[in-house]
Amino acid sequence: MTRLKLFIPLIVFLVLAALLWRGLSLDPNYMPSALESKPLPTFSMQTLAGEQVSDADLRGDYAIVNVWATWCPSCHVEHAYLNLLAKQGVIIFGINYKDDPQAARDWLTQRGDPYRFNIVDQEGQLGLDMGVTGAPETYLLSPDGTVLLRHQGPLDARVWAREFEPLIQRAEAG
Amino acid sequence: MRWIAIVALVLSVAAQAVVETYEFSDDSYRARYLEFTQVLRCPKCQNQNLADSNAPIAADLRKELHRLLEEGKTDEDITRFMVSRYGDYVLYDPPLEYRTLVLWAGPVVMLLIGLVVVFGLVRKRRPESTDAAIDVHLSDREREQLAQLLKDDKGNA
Repeated sequence: MTRLKLFIPLIVFLVLAALLWRGLSLDPNYMPSALESKPLPTFSMQTLAGEQVSDADLRGDYAIVNVWATWCPSCHVEHAYLNLLAKQGVIIFGINYKDDPQAARDWLTQRGDPYRFNIVDQEGQLGLDMGVTGAPETYLLSPDGTVLLRHQGPLDARVWAREFEPLIQRAEAG
Repeated sequence: MRWIAIVALVLSVAAQAVVETYEFSDDSYRARYLEFTQVLRCPKCQNQNLADSNAPIAADLRKELHRLLEEGKTDEDITRFMVSRYGDYVLYDPPLEYRTLVLWAGPVVMLLIGLVVVFGLVRKRRPESTDAAIDVHLSDREREQLAQLLKDDKGNA
């Protein structure tokens, strides 16, 4: 018993070290989305092209919904990757969040347009209903319109391979 | 002169704290608005409530809160509105459920562990001290010797 007691500081140290080590790899900004495994909120809104669309128009296949704006620095970073994904055949819908629609149209003509269409959310009302906290954010939708995943921050090849692809594969498998 | 400086200082702090102003049709709405902006957490911030944060999303939520209050929504409606969009994260007082069990029970468990440790230490120490203090059973002979010694001691002094 007394021999065992000698090891108490070591055990305490090991437990603390394990917890702190785990803490280092946690992102304190990470916030689970309340929308995950729930359907998108219903809406009917205008696109940048002036068409009226609703949540039903986002259903039908696996798709990602990208929340972006021309004022958002990280959106500049991720745009090239979105163009690449679109070229690979990924269906991308956009939500132009609290932005000037004309600035957004100019951005798409200059940098390429990876989106099927862009919903104009100038007031941020749709964003609020979806629990958006800022741009960029990217949602993965299943064919029936359920939100499988929400990613905050820029989307890149690493995030796509680590978070999005496995989910799509698993969902398609069963 | 000093008074003017102090008053100016106090006023400037007050002006900074107010991000935007809302008109309320009922005074009770204002009280509930202030209460809600204190207990709701800004979803974009590490540790700021809606009242303290000047993040755009916090301003949006304050606007939304004002709208909901003016629509006559109850406290439960408003809490449900926020949680359905931003999850339990927005509540500074999260509900007791399986996921938050550690959060709620943790301090109590820690306190209990501490009490057990302290109790154990105290109990272990007591027998040694009582041995010394109370276990003084002197026989009549010993008592006599002690009295003799004390008397000698006095005589020497």
